[in-house]
Amino acid sequence: MTYIKPRFRHPELPKNKIGFAKADYEGAISTLCGGCGHDSISAAIVQACYELSIEPHKLAKLSGIGCSSKTPTYFLSNSHGFNAVHGRMPSIATGANMANRDLIYLGVSGDGDSASIGMGQFVHAIRRNVNMVYIVMNNGCYGLTKGQNSATADIGSLSKGGAVNHYPAIDLVGLALELGATFVGRSFSGDKTQLVPLIKAAMSHPGFALLDVVSPCVTFNNKPESTKSYDYVRAHLEATATIDFVPEKEEITVNYPKGKSAHVELHDGSIIHLHKLAPNWNPTDRYSAVNRLLEAKMKGEVLTGLLYIDPNSQDMHELENTIDQPLNTLREKELCPGSEALEKINASFR
Amino acid sequence: MEHIRAINDLVVRFANVNGTGSASANNMFAKAIFRMGIPVSPKNIFPSNIQGLPTWYEVRISEKGYLGRREGVDLMVCVNPQSMARDVESVKPGGYFVYDNTKKLHSEFIREDIHYIGIPMTAITMKHYSDPRQRQLFKNVIYVGALSALLDIEMDVLKGLIEGQFQRKQKLIAPNFKALELGESYVKEHFQYPLDIRLERRDNVGDQILIDGNTAVALGAVYGGATVAAWYPITPSTSIVGAFEKYANRLRKDPETGKSRYAIVQAEDELAAMGMVIGATWNGARAFTTTSGPGVSLMSEFLGLAYFAEIPAVLVNVQRGGPSTGMPTRTQQPDLISSAYASHGDTRHVLLFPSTPKECFDFTAQAFDLADRLQTPIILMSDLDLGMNDHVSPPFEWDDGRQYDLGKVLSAEDLENIEQFGRYLDVDGDGIPYRTIPGTHPTKGSFFTRGTSKDEYARYTENGAAYVRNVDRLLKKWETAKKHVPAPELYQQENSNDYGLIFFGTTTYAALEAMEVLGEKGIKLDALRLRAFPFNETVREFIADHKQVFVVEQNRDAQLRSILINELDLYPRQLIPILNYDGQPITADTIEQLILSHYPQEKKHDDIHQTQVPAS
Ligand SMILES: Cc1ncc(C[n+]2csc(CCOP(=O)(O)OP(=O)(O)O)c2C)c(N)n1
Ligand code: SF4
Ligand SMILES: [Mg+2]
Repeated sequence: MTYIKPRFRHPELPKNKIGFAKADYEGAISTLCGGCGHDSISAAIVQACYELSIEPHKLAKLSGIGCSSKTPTYFLSNSHGFNAVHGRMPSIATGANMANRDLIYLGVSGDGDSASIGMGQFVHAIRRNVNMVYIVMNNGCYGLTKGQNSATADIGSLSKGGAVNHYPAIDLVGLALELGATFVGRSFSGDKTQLVPLIKAAMSHPGFALLDVVSPCVTFNNKPESTKSYDYVRAHLEATATIDFVPEKEEITVNYPKGKSAHVELHDGSIIHLHKLAPNWNPTDRYSAVNRLLEAKMKGEVLTGLLYIDPNSQDMHELENTIDQPLNTLREKELCPGSEALEKINASFR
Repeated sequence: MEHIRAINDLVVRFANVNGTGSASANNMFAKAIFRMGIPVSPKNIFPSNIQGLPTWYEVRISEKGYLGRREGVDLMVCVNPQSMARDVESVKPGGYFVYDNTKKLHSEFIREDIHYIGIPMTAITMKHYSDPRQRQLFKNVIYVGALSALLDIEMDVLKGLIEGQFQRKQKLIAPNFKALELGESYVKEHFQYPLDIRLERRDNVGDQILIDGNTAVALGAVYGGATVAAWYPITPSTSIVGAFEKYANRLRKDPETGKSRYAIVQAEDELAAMGMVIGATWNGARAFTTTSGPGVSLMSEFLGLAYFAEIPAVLVNVQRGGPSTGMPTRTQQPDLISSAYASHGDTRHVLLFPSTPKECFDFTAQAFDLADRLQTPIILMSDLDLGMNDHVSPPFEWDDGRQYDLGKVLSAEDLENIEQFGRYLDVDGDGIPYRTIPGTHPTKGSFFTRGTSKDEYARYTENGAAYVRNVDRLLKKWETAKKHVPAPELYQQENSNDYGLIFFGTTTYAALEAMEVLGEKGIKLDALRLRAFPFNETVREFIADHKQVFVVEQNRDAQLRSILINELDLYPRQLIPILNYDGQPITADTIEQLILSHYPQEKKHDDIHQTQVPAS
């Protein structure tokens, strides 16, 4: 069942630039387990959209199947949503994006949804650089089907039913870097200060932006030894940098210590500020990101933050040279060549 | 020796090696006859191979306009030593065997009852051309030149075709002419010509065109307003998107920027291809995908989603033979059940059955209207024979006043004016709800599309009553679909015979010919050609009007017959299966023989006496 939240609007509630209150970005009340990491990510999405002043109907939210994929019901109820089938959200998002390049596409998936059944589509959406934000709510298990190990589960970990996982974990972030993804970040559901600016930056990136967000499943995979548990992540969290996202033409109010910060300017004039940079790492250098990631892995750290961004990213529409006007707005006049052209075509077959 | 005499009624078969450039010469042969005003029906018989294996090209020439396949080769042109034994075998007694006699024909290939015409094709090319590739290519043109003398094909017509083909490569015209003349003059010097089987100009094709169904589908998609094509290559559907790209590239570029008013995505597999189509149509564009049986199997999960969540989609299934990978380069109609009921749960899909390129064009364009109107997948059921072979077809037409039917889509203004939007509410009582496209209105009309069960307001529910209301409404929509899909075609004013004949798609050509032949023998049948599923009342009445009905189809399990029995709740014995599933297009002869074998003996006799008396 979906519970519709009563909407009490205090007239005094703060509004964003386009006059929407934060509540306007919320959704139905969550039916996930209390404490589930996924709910915190939903909250971060609401916060990011509110702060970015996104018109809710200009965003489409899409997901696959899983507890994680249920979350689009719990945010942005004024946005169209699409709960696809298990692992197949990337193709739906690709087609939707082809039809209308003017919307923001926010895809939500799980580790089962993306790293197993949907691996093929996940990989190819990255390869095509579909302009979308792709959040994997990664809990190392299949929540909705009651705790089986997923392909991101730690080697040696026990499923809820007691099965040992003999196979190494797939690291979606490493994979995406290898595939040529143009925006790669990792975060933790419990770290809103990092997650919100990351989502905002991802939404402004013209291309596929992957956010692999560790999101503990309190019911099936929150044992302290699991790298997807609250305890473990808190103890081993290591960030590439702290991040601020400054939308286009907004004043920069924070002062960063010199030499320890980097700025990446996006196509629309927005700026990502990174400070307290990790050594030997440069956010626009894929090679340094891969190295830094491997280093962290060897040390058992959970490396978070923005890992890589390609400031020259060209999305699928640019690569395909489709017209600027969304394809879904074209009608007979623009699409149908008419009877005269058809007569010529007939003549060529006589 | 038996003697065949025939004007404009023959079957010519070419035996070639795949990848040797024979296709263009063979096409030229068929097209020249077409331009002489004589109906032709060429068929490619090819292996799943790129180079080296035998391929055949068979052309039926029939001034009466019989365009189904016919057994028995009147003239065989064999330039493939690999298949020679089989090729000699396939010639009708009294027929002709044209071969390359640069090397002497082995005695095992000599039959007493056919004529041999040796033309030293290799020797001629060796003498006149130096480039090895040219030698191979012009060998093909040389045999066309030889046929022009043997069969009386007008040389001017052949030359006109060459000029047309090489408009942009003028240099190639002269050497092609030369090859034609070399073949022609060899025949004129060494044989009596023309043969007793030959051609004569007629005016029997009118303004018709000669085109393959796949190109017709592609043009239908361009005209029907498709902007997103997502696909994964598979024989025999592959050439559709190629043709779509060719025409879209020519006709769908923005004149100012040169940018495309279409997007073509070669997906990673058929699942993704179908997903992209659904994503695009959900977002208000017209989108399609093309595939064959194996692809439909993969798309099933998504077809179920589109059915249940009510999202338009156009899928072209160019059927090929058999289960699994089956016979990838052979034709059949074997995907009726798997397409009609693709996906788990109670699902059913609208199918369209074109039987000519014109219908491929019309039905494809119409499929986009139907998909939008009915908010469900529409599957166009073509097949390899229709898709990949050229067919004589009425020319394509387009009414410039025609508007796309986008179905029940609410605008921002509409949303302002309605009380509460319910995505799955049956407002009009026809089972078709209203939908909204993302981005339409800032605060109204958003909803959650899902494959799970939901109530009228698109809210997730597992309430049994809500589920039943929803799927029963889908049945109501199915009833509505019957009024929108192309109606069947009847071949008589009134049903007046005891026995009926039902067929569809490419079976039509052979079925109509068989009917005529049977009619001449005094066996009269009423006939109906299906053009869509769901079936409307006409189909039920047609079957009810007859004692028994022959159902002709090209698969082993009589799938259409099963669907008819199930959907119309018929007594199975009433429908007699007439089947062909060897991968070759069904022939009139097969249909005739099978009908005769089922037709009651006395009845046959009775009918002959009854021919003057109208049946009751
Ligand atoms: C084709 C198909 N196979 C299996 C399932 C059952 N199923 C539903 S969710 C799920 C796993 C979800 O795991 P994940 O994506 O990690 O999401 P989580 O619940 O952990 O957030 C499975 C196997 C399904 N819905 N569809
Ligand atoms: S089972 Fe796990 S993933 Fe699913 S809602 Fe509960 S805590 Fe979250
Ligand atoms: Mg999971």
